[in-house]
Amino acid sequence: MSARKTADLTCRELIEFLHRYLDDELPADERARFEEHLRLCPPCVDYLDSYRQTMLLVADAFAADDPDAVVPDEVPEGLVRAVLAARPRR
Amino acid sequence: MASGRRPPEADPAAREAERALLAALRSGDERAYEQLVRSQAPRMLAVARRLLRNDEDARDAVQDAFVSAVRAIDSFAGDARLSTWLHRIVVNAALMKLRTKRRKPEESLDDLLPAFEPDGHRRDPGGPWQPAERLERSELRKLVRDAIDQLPEGYRTLIVLRDIEGLDTAEAAELLGVGTAVLKTRLHRARQALRTLLDPHLRERGGSTR
Repeated sequence: MSARKTADLTCRELIEFLHRYLDDELPADERARFEEHLRLCPPCVDYLDSYRQTMLLVADAFAADDPDAVVPDEVPEGLVRAVLAARPRR
Repeated sequence: MASGRRPPEADPAAREAERALLAALRSGDERAYEQLVRSQAPRMLAVARRLLRNDEDARDAVQDAFVSAVRAIDSFAGDARLSTWLHRIVVNAALMKLRTKRRKPEESLDDLLPAFEPDGHRRDPGGPWQPAERLERSELRKLVRDAIDQLPEGYRTLIVLRDIEGLDTAEAAELLGVGTAVLKTRLHRARQALRTLLDPHLRERGGSTR
């Protein structure tokens, strides 16, 4: 367990500010503390990896090659008619 | 896919065609308007459906978006593609609809955030993920979509705007009426919650604790 508190940074603190680490928003000394913690804490490495995978899976869940997520070629004609009828006069 | 951040069209012919369409729209040309509706409404409807999850509301949002677009066409500077501009307008129309329909206070996300011991260690350290080992790609996609739908509405909206529709932090913050720091924190919480929902399905086999 002692490996999970390194450089005065707990797992809780690491996870709380993980987005700032990934967005490269941490000052250099904070970033070094993060990386030192990750070097010694496999559960936080797993957490970071699964968090990154979550972001990738979300993007893939709506990817253009997914038959369930693809944009339809046409919209219902009723909607087209309604949109055309609602056009404000210029 | 439905990213709102596409660069302006590089192809000179396509750029010229878009300039001509824009000029026709500004002059009130009905055929040009119908061309715009038929070409852009499918993508706009898909965006509205993702945000609203209700076909009738999504259609209303698309209709509202086109009305807004016609009213604002003179202010469109042409520095982005027309489709990018319309993407933002339909996102805004869908968000307006979400706001008018929201009746109950936002549900808490706390139960889906990681829990910690008093000394700062994670209560359930879990283990590594192996999505490809656990599920086929189509199953994974469905799992993720279902997990997104389990998030409280405000957090779900954030995930859709940032991670699916491709809005950047500043755009999403402006549309939602919050500061960028608040938006980033809320997005982080939403991603953590999603990770919690996916975790039991994607952990490496036999890797429940570590």
